[in-house]
Amino acid sequence: MAVMRDMIPPFELYQPTEVDDAVRLMRQHGDKGWVLAGGLDTFDWFKDRIKRPEAVIDLVGVEELRGISDGADGGLDIGAMTSLTDVAENADVMNRYPLLAEAAGLVATPQIRNQGTLGGNIVQDTRCWYYRSGWPCYRAGGNVCYAATSQSMNREHCIMGASRCVAVSPSDTAPALVALDAEMVVASTSGERTWAAADFFIGPDIDIERMTVLKPGDLLARIVLPAPWEGARWYFEKIRDRKAWDFSLVSVASSLRVEAGMIQDARIVVNSVAPYPVRLRAVESAIRGRAPSEETGQMAGEIAVEGARTLRHNDYKVALMRNLVKRSIRDAA
Amino acid sequence: MAENVIGTDISPPDLRAKITGRARYAEDFRAEGMVFAKLLLSPMPHARVRSVDTSAAEAMEGVLGILRADELPVQSEGLREGALTDEPKYEGEPVLAVAAVDETTAAAAVEAIRVDFEQLPFVLDPLESLREGGPDAHVGGNISAGRGEFGSLKWPASVFEEAGAEKLPMGEAPAEWTIGDIEAGFDEADVVVEETIVHQSVTHHPMEPRSCMAYWQNGKLFLHGSTQSTERTRGGVARMAGVEPDDVVFIGEYCGGGFGSKISGSPIMAVPAVLSRKIGRPVMLRITRYEENYIGRARAGFQGWAKMGFRADGRMTALDLYLVQDSGPFGASDLFTAGTVATASYQPENMRFRGVAILTNTPPRSAQRAPGGAQIVAMLEPLVDKAARELDVDRLEIRKINAPGHDGWLGPQQGPFTSAYVREALDLGGELFNWEEKKQLSGQRNGTKVTGVGMGLSPFTAGSAGRDGLLVIRPDGKLYVHQGIGNLGTHSIADTARPAADVLDLSWDQVVIVWGDTSKHLPFSTVQAGSQTTHAHTRANHAAGTAMLGLLQELAARELGGSPTDYRVADGRVFRAGNRAAGMNFAEAARRAIAAGGKFSGGVVPEDLNDATKAAVAGLAGEGLIAAARDNYSRGGSVYTWVATFAQIELDVETGEVEIIDLASTTDCGTVMHPRSLAAQTNGGVFQGIGMAKGQRWVFDPKWGIPFTKRFYTARPPGILDVPLSPRFAAVDEPDPHTPVGAKGIGEPPVGAGEAAYVCAVADAMGGLCLCRTPLTADMILAELEGRPRPYGLLETHV
Repeated sequence: MAVMRDMIPPFELYQPTEVDDAVRLMRQHGDKGWVLAGGLDTFDWFKDRIKRPEAVIDLVGVEELRGISDGADGGLDIGAMTSLTDVAENADVMNRYPLLAEAAGLVATPQIRNQGTLGGNIVQDTRCWYYRSGWPCYRAGGNVCYAATSQSMNREHCIMGASRCVAVSPSDTAPALVALDAEMVVASTSGERTWAAADFFIGPDIDIERMTVLKPGDLLARIVLPAPWEGARWYFEKIRDRKAWDFSLVSVASSLRVEAGMIQDARIVVNSVAPYPVRLRAVESAIRGRAPSEETGQMAGEIAVEGARTLRHNDYKVALMRNLVKRSIRDAA
Repeated sequence: MAENVIGTDISPPDLRAKITGRARYAEDFRAEGMVFAKLLLSPMPHARVRSVDTSAAEAMEGVLGILRADELPVQSEGLREGALTDEPKYEGEPVLAVAAVDETTAAAAVEAIRVDFEQLPFVLDPLESLREGGPDAHVGGNISAGRGEFGSLKWPASVFEEAGAEKLPMGEAPAEWTIGDIEAGFDEADVVVEETIVHQSVTHHPMEPRSCMAYWQNGKLFLHGSTQSTERTRGGVARMAGVEPDDVVFIGEYCGGGFGSKISGSPIMAVPAVLSRKIGRPVMLRITRYEENYIGRARAGFQGWAKMGFRADGRMTALDLYLVQDSGPFGASDLFTAGTVATASYQPENMRFRGVAILTNTPPRSAQRAPGGAQIVAMLEPLVDKAARELDVDRLEIRKINAPGHDGWLGPQQGPFTSAYVREALDLGGELFNWEEKKQLSGQRNGTKVTGVGMGLSPFTAGSAGRDGLLVIRPDGKLYVHQGIGNLGTHSIADTARPAADVLDLSWDQVVIVWGDTSKHLPFSTVQAGSQTTHAHTRANHAAGTAMLGLLQELAARELGGSPTDYRVADGRVFRAGNRAAGMNFAEAARRAIAAGGKFSGGVVPEDLNDATKAAVAGLAGEGLIAAARDNYSRGGSVYTWVATFAQIELDVETGEVEIIDLASTTDCGTVMHPRSLAAQTNGGVFQGIGMAKGQRWVFDPKWGIPFTKRFYTARPPGILDVPLSPRFAAVDEPDPHTPVGAKGIGEPPVGAGEAAYVCAVADAMGGLCLCRTPLTADMILAELEGRPRPYGLLETHV
């Protein structure tokens, strides 16, 4: 069978208006169904005819999945279908969780942020170009990783957390949400379940074909930002090849609580170095009680990259991760 | 000469349609009964089709026909590229096409076709092909031996061993020329610098893919396509369709970017043309972004080595250059331009050029905005800086010392230039950028950011001569300028018409441009490439305007008495000198010309016109006062334009990221025709060059020979945020004395200037260290700053 690309094959389109209907349709279609949010990840797959669902469940009409409101425990609830522009430009998000506003505002381009959703940005698939080109790799159900050989073009791939697959998490908002200790509320026909952001993203050692805990039938409904990290010092930086429409080579997100010039508590997360956002617990404990200085940052950076395993073309990520972790402490404001 | 139009800003006639979205590109056209075609692309970088089973596809409802390579009038053979092939030489080369009632059906039909491919050896890296026993891109060999024949060139292992991993291997070079005595030049030098340098191949990525639609009526082919040139595309389309040019109507009013990739159309135009004839239905072939990556042409990359010698006073005594060109599967000529362009920058007292062009199994190369020129400028300019540092000569000064003046020379033949205000352009740039102050910022550290400043001087060919102009004054009193050139967004269809208006002292609102459709009687033109158009067609339209002036005077004398020299022309009237009332307006002149016939309305034409122009005049005969003329003005040498770009950057030493803080460009391109358009052309080219240096990539998996940068987001051409919002620009604006309007082309030289300014500024921020490769991405910079292993081998390509 010859290969055809850039031409979306036909599918059945469902446009529910209630979450209950959406999750029922998702359950009904199982792994032959596909949930459509903003479409930025979806349509690449569809155009390349690599993912060919029979049924597409479009969430655009489900109003309760959209919007930003005060949370039950003093935090902020964000519907998964809220556009990235709305997240980045919302006054509450900007004032109370500027880390997330910054991360959302650095996604892709204004047009993509208007169309793309927070939920979609969180659950999007990896951009490993071997996998996205339809090669039959581990993540695609095969039994080889084309990106990890001595000749592979793997500048963008893992330096940690690999397990057969070396693809990285591409999300800009994911590390910010882990750094803010956000919760992910997942709906299904059996009700709602809440996951800590740090547990929501999974590596290939847990399931090589998924990047999050979501299974067929699971719908990321909303994101809950907790009160405790409101107003903390923060830092976000995304290093990329060009300033718009680009995924990160490495990104860093930090939340720091500083009192009397000393770090009381911290959450530091790095992305695009592993198949999931990496929370640096060892760094977090090592910097507690220290000043957020160049020296502390330097030490943190060294700890952060311990155990990194590079591929043929991505050794630079070790230095980049180390330096970004340093900046995330030294330059947090 | 009247100055009423040249040198002022105008709104080109296509602008409103583009801004409002009413402009119709090839893909926007529909014809009665139109159907769609889809392509089956090769899944391997080099293969032979053993067999094809189309039975399942043909059985599908809505499938109307399949086109195979052997049905095309122009077939793929040797170095000749066909639109389809049974021996694909790159992954993505079209093998066959399917027509169906809609694209969904056509796509499903392509998927249902079974092709049995025999995999053949392939090569991506020219140096690999040059090794003994290394793979060849074609079954017949790895180099062109001329006249479509192949040769095989292999270097002994000793060549590679001697070079080691840190230097370009340099074996037997099929292309070689010298000026003076290279060894004597180095003996005379006080400082010698030497580097191995890699310049990437990079795809074009025009916004508009090369979609095309074709139908036949009464034996005539009508083809809508995307092209840089109009009149010069028709012949190619005719050849592809196997008909005479007279039987082709080519329509292409708008072109969403060409950059050298659509000079006279595209081979793929054969598919809808031939398929439409085969199935008896209009056929639309919409080329997708993914397909454009494969068939959309690319710039040839170089693996090179250069050695330069300078006297203590900064004069270049010797330039030794060796280039290995990645020619793609069908060849490229960048290599031969590169050495010539280097002479236009530095006028080396002694020079040796050696080069070898190797075929590879990567998508086809073509011209890309300063082919050969942009690469060599970006490769060599950092070496000049290196020498300037060692000599303690200012970097702007060393360029002025070596730049040609009006007595300068070009290439191995050392022929003259028509004009060369290069030092003036450099001085103007130095002032505009404030070089004296800015260079003090070099190496200054602000937090984690280090400032670098650099410049690039980029020459490129900018003109040609001998084309035709064709003007008609119709009974509505307006001047119709028939333009055979294309409209690829450069405004040249309007700008090159201006000399005709000026010669006739006619206000611009009385001028109508006729373009974009070969049934509209278009004169013989240049291909819209090589930055020729401004020069060639200001000349042609100046000649036609002068002919029109003569005809108006003659007609007035004939109709109103007196002698032709008694008459003047201005403001849409021909009248007796000193008495504006005694004359007639253009509308009256047109009516009288029609009545008079003969040479006044196209019945008799100058003998020296090209046949295409004669045919165009014949088609218009009797419709007004018609003037057609060949450009017979003298040339006086090679027409060259120079652009100097200055850049200030900040390099973040903790991330390797580079931000461009300031950009300023100046040019010697002769008389400024259209200031706003000139600045846009220059800045656009500068950005394109910066993109090539900074982050645009064309990555292949070396084991499988397959590219990954097939979409905009993976190929990463630069965006507006990657450059300063207000780049500055100025022109020397001195007329070239060898052309009546004084204008030279501008399309190409800015690319190398921008690219070189960027790589020089980055090297400056790194204390003068040249990484000597493009793209120069953050990972490479950071690895160097951190003393970590280089991400890629020194000579690796497609990274």
